Amino acid sequence: MTGLFEILGLGASAELLSLEGWGGNLLRGLANSLQIAFGAFGLGLVIGLFGAYGKLYGGKVTRDLLAIYTTVIRAVPELVLILILYYVGSDIINKISEALGGGRVEINGVAAGIWVLGVVQGAYATEVLRGAIKAVPVGQIEAAKSYGMPTLMIMRRVTIPAMMSFAVPGLANLWLIATKDTALLAVVGFNELTLETRQAASSTRAYFTFFLAAGFLYLMVTLCSGAVFARVEKWARRGQPSLKGGTA
Amino acid sequence: MDTAAAAASVQEPDTRREAIRVEDLHKSFGNLEVLKGVDLTAQQGDVVAIIGGSGSGKSTMLRCINFLETPSSGKIVIGGEEVAMRGDGSPANQKQIERIRTKLAMVFQQFNLWTHRTLLENVIEVPVHVLKVPKAEAIERARELLDRVGLAGREDTYPAYMSGGQQQRAAIARALAVDPSAMLFDEPTSALDPELVGEVLTVIRGLAAEGRTMLLVTHEMKFAREVANHVVYLYQGRIEEQGPPAEVFGNPQSERLKQFLSSVA
Repeated sequence: MTGLFEILGLGASAELLSLEGWGGNLLRGLANSLQIAFGAFGLGLVIGLFGAYGKLYGGKVTRDLLAIYTTVIRAVPELVLILILYYVGSDIINKISEALGGGRVEINGVAAGIWVLGVVQGAYATEVLRGAIKAVPVGQIEAAKSYGMPTLMIMRRVTIPAMMSFAVPGLANLWLIATKDTALLAVVGFNELTLETRQAASSTRAYFTFFLAAGFLYLMVTLCSGAVFARVEKWARRGQPSLKGGTA
Repeated sequence: MDTAAAAASVQEPDTRREAIRVEDLHKSFGNLEVLKGVDLTAQQGDVVAIIGGSGSGKSTMLRCINFLETPSSGKIVIGGEEVAMRGDGSPANQKQIERIRTKLAMVFQQFNLWTHRTLLENVIEVPVHVLKVPKAEAIERARELLDRVGLAGREDTYPAYMSGGQQQRAAIARALAVDPSAMLFDEPTSALDPELVGEVLTVIRGLAAEGRTMLLVTHEMKFAREVANHVVYLYQGRIEEQGPPAEVFGNPQSERLKQFLSSVA
């Protein structure tokens, strides 16, 4: 393997990217990015599910508040939101801590990242899931009602499984956006993949090597996600004939 | 069977016999009054056919009985138990209406099977999750019922891969799986191709023969005449005429019913 890199004249790059060197930092950055992306996507799904149900079945006040939430979050650039939510969030936590007689609190970067991106994801997930729930044929929900299912059971046993096939493509998009939005957290000094890459590149002056490597890692994440979501979609669409015809 | 029924009727002579009673039922959608005071009683074992032109309110009436539609006013009594209603007609006690709904099985015009579940899963869904029947027991019963409606061997098929007639027969198996005290059929053959109507009617005819209580909204006049022991003709939200099928079909009194029967014949 090293021989091959030498022949191609990439010996220097391979050394820079070795696991003991900057390469290890990049992988740690990737791990941090994925951790935040997972957390934010999960938090976004939870917010989105409540948001979608609130928008569809909530009272007037609930619907208005959710409309403000989704409109504002989707209107403001994510970078600005991240700065606002991060600094406002840490400020509030510190104010509370001081009011309780404690000192300044060190904000956990992962938790902050999940919170900030989760709130952003939640707004988009609300709309994705609202659309998916509305696409469920009303007769399936009526059938569940007419057989005496309580509301929460209808949600768990009928609505959510039936809407999944409509939601998965949109959610796959949201997941990919989540993985890439983690890069924006570099601006608040969180050690995710992009910041690690920038540090490695500026320390060694090997910009091309490191940013190409980072790009490759993001691409790998996308490709693996694509494979996973293809399986999830196949599962979610169980029982529905393929659009191409024939049996699914 | 006879002695058990007799013993039960000694304990609760009146309520045992009455399956469904509807009193002075009104329903409006906005300014449009669809039901203008309907009274209807079905005793246990009755097969009541509800006929009428489109927009006469027959489906709405059926859907008010299990509160899929919220009545505007009136009284609904199921198996001797009155459904508690708020001033606006919505059920006052969600638990009560859920319990009552498990006794009333509905069969829909559009089948409304759960498309992400196989036929077997559709049939065991309510027994297992709502009625808390042990799963093995529910599966065994579901297989019997699917066999009974002529769908043995199709347990693992998803609804989308079946004909309308097969789906409707599966929907009837789903309804039977809850061991209902009365069944509500909402135009069960109206969405079917003509050649598939017969197979569904055969299943319903079998249920009538075994003494099931049924309310049947239908456009199949010949079938209504054959299986029903009571026929109700709705016209613009009111019962225009009702009686035994031989009377209603053979000797209609009102002009509107005469006209209706000649238009569908």
